[in-house]
Amino acid sequence: MEKRAIFQGRLLPFALVAPQLVVTLVFFYWPASQAVWQSFLQEDAFGLSSEFVGFANYRDLFAKADYYRTIGTTAFFSALVTALSLSIALFLAVQADRQLKGATAYRTLLIWPYAVAPAVAGVLWFFMFQPSLGLVSQGLRGLGFTWNPLLDSTDAMALVVMAATWKQVSYNFLFFLAGLQAIPKSVIEAAAIDGARPVRRFWTIVFPLLSPTTFYLFVVNVVYVFFDTFGIIDATTAGGPAKATETLVYKVYSDGRVGGDLGGSAAQSVILMVIVIALTAVQFRFIERKVQY
Amino acid sequence: MAEVVLTGVGKTYAGGVTAVTDVEFTVPDGAFCVLVGPSGCGKSTLLRMIAGLETITTGTVSIGGRVVNAVEPAERDIAMVFQNYALYPHMSVYDNMAYGLRNRGTPKAEIETRVREAARVLELGDLLARKPRQLSGGQRQRVAMGRAIVRKPQVFLFDEPLSNLDAKLRVQMRVEIRRLQRSLATTSVYVTHDQLEAMTLADMLVVMNKGRVEQIGAPLDLYRRPETLFVAGFIGAPPMNLIDVAIGPDGLRPVAGDAGIVGGLGIAVPATGARLGIRPEHLHVVGDEPAPEGGIALSYTVSAVEAVGAETFLHGRLGATGPDVVIREPGTIAAAPGTVRRVVARRDDLHLFDRETGRRIPLDA
Repeated sequence: MEKRAIFQGRLLPFALVAPQLVVTLVFFYWPASQAVWQSFLQEDAFGLSSEFVGFANYRDLFAKADYYRTIGTTAFFSALVTALSLSIALFLAVQADRQLKGATAYRTLLIWPYAVAPAVAGVLWFFMFQPSLGLVSQGLRGLGFTWNPLLDSTDAMALVVMAATWKQVSYNFLFFLAGLQAIPKSVIEAAAIDGARPVRRFWTIVFPLLSPTTFYLFVVNVVYVFFDTFGIIDATTAGGPAKATETLVYKVYSDGRVGGDLGGSAAQSVILMVIVIALTAVQFRFIERKVQY
Repeated sequence: MAEVVLTGVGKTYAGGVTAVTDVEFTVPDGAFCVLVGPSGCGKSTLLRMIAGLETITTGTVSIGGRVVNAVEPAERDIAMVFQNYALYPHMSVYDNMAYGLRNRGTPKAEIETRVREAARVLELGDLLARKPRQLSGGQRQRVAMGRAIVRKPQVFLFDEPLSNLDAKLRVQMRVEIRRLQRSLATTSVYVTHDQLEAMTLADMLVVMNKGRVEQIGAPLDLYRRPETLFVAGFIGAPPMNLIDVAIGPDGLRPVAGDAGIVGGLGIAVPATGARLGIRPEHLHVVGDEPAPEGGIALSYTVSAVEAVGAETFLHGRLGATGPDVVIREPGTIAAAPGTVRRVVARRDDLHLFDRETGRRIPLDA
């Protein structure tokens, strides 16, 4: 039996998909193709003329040590933020999943940070950790720690990692909580009768059953750290000190907007685009196959 | 092997809702005990209290002579089969069955032997490498059984294990569960809302209603001598005919409709009224012969006839306008709708209940 609805006219189907197509074309394909085209051009110092240079921008990029350093920084930053935000969120979700009094209020409070814009979050953390005025900095100094994210690159990295993690925990928490609640209670009870203590139950039953959620969140988090942390980095450290917190996406901005190297910046965006496409492809592949139980 | 003893067991939830009140019974070692009742009667709560999945508000549960109120489910030496099977979806059939043994540190070779043995008994041998989602409902059910039997627990608990299966498979699995329980001789407590399942499986039947035990006994004893109106109406299919009656000048008469009962029972009926119970299979359509000694005769207006071959069901009314009564006659009988027939029942097959309290009024006194 035919289950699909058949539209008689020729125009109606196109009219129905048009808004979606227009949005995608205007906001993705057009800027993306501009970036690709731009990455093959080189502008003069005054931005008056540009010439086609082929892959020169890309060659330049990979010839410079600082691009590799940025890749390293990004890898370190994303590994840390993803690992921290996933594990903290999972821990909190497991706690919230237990039937405790006040669980609803607790859940709501945990979700709030997600409603804070990245730049605002960045400013918040910047103020809290500002070396001379910040509340936390003063506390740290009182405890005998020297703390200066404006000068010390480790402190700066710690600050952006904390801010980016804090921002992402809410999102992960929501998904983990939903994932936990989708696990049938009777399966957990069966495991309890089967003699598995809570910790073992978690690792042998709950965690494997959560794996589709975990994998989805892993990809989403990596993409988040790659792109959406721009606002946080810009507001807290602006990539410094000495580019210690400059990630790939921040470098696109600083080379292009600040440094005026549009071609090089475009080449970097194209590389980032390829990374995201690859990540998404991997995600779909895996979700279809491996992470099924 | 162990006996399960419940003493004054009750459950009240935090919100103040009482699910189970003062339940008291003993399941002898090796017996198959079925808790039966309508949904919401507290039977599942009671089972979960025996399993340790619900806390016990009052009273004690003991398994094999040990009070287990404060004992974790894992330490109670029980195994449970859930309504939705609760198989571990990410594990193979083998791992599902081995999981409980591994958690208890059973040696690998021993696990292998026990799982293979269970798989042989349950005919799961070819499916050990499959995941639960690759199995049919009946196979999943058997894996859930396998997971219970490999552990060799003191007690099996079943929570409506057959209600997700289709009718044919349900009958098949019912027989299989009974056979398995007999051969293992493991004490079992089984919850169901299906009275037919309860009757066929149980050594000992516990009928529950509104959180209380209505009656406990062997299935046929409950069928033959229900102590309360609830049990009378619940056990047996089609259900017992229950007719409100009062004592008139000429003996018993129905409250509603015209007089249709001939023959008094010669016993005192409470002023509040009584309810007469007669099972459909104990009413017989007869010609002019008198009612059996001490029994009753009824005038019956047939309204519909259902012949299913082995037996015939008659639907109709007592007298011309009295209460509905169903009759179940073996074989086929000729009875046209609209005709009035004479129906008799033996005294031994009559049940009388106090309408107010629902308790049985003995007829054989």
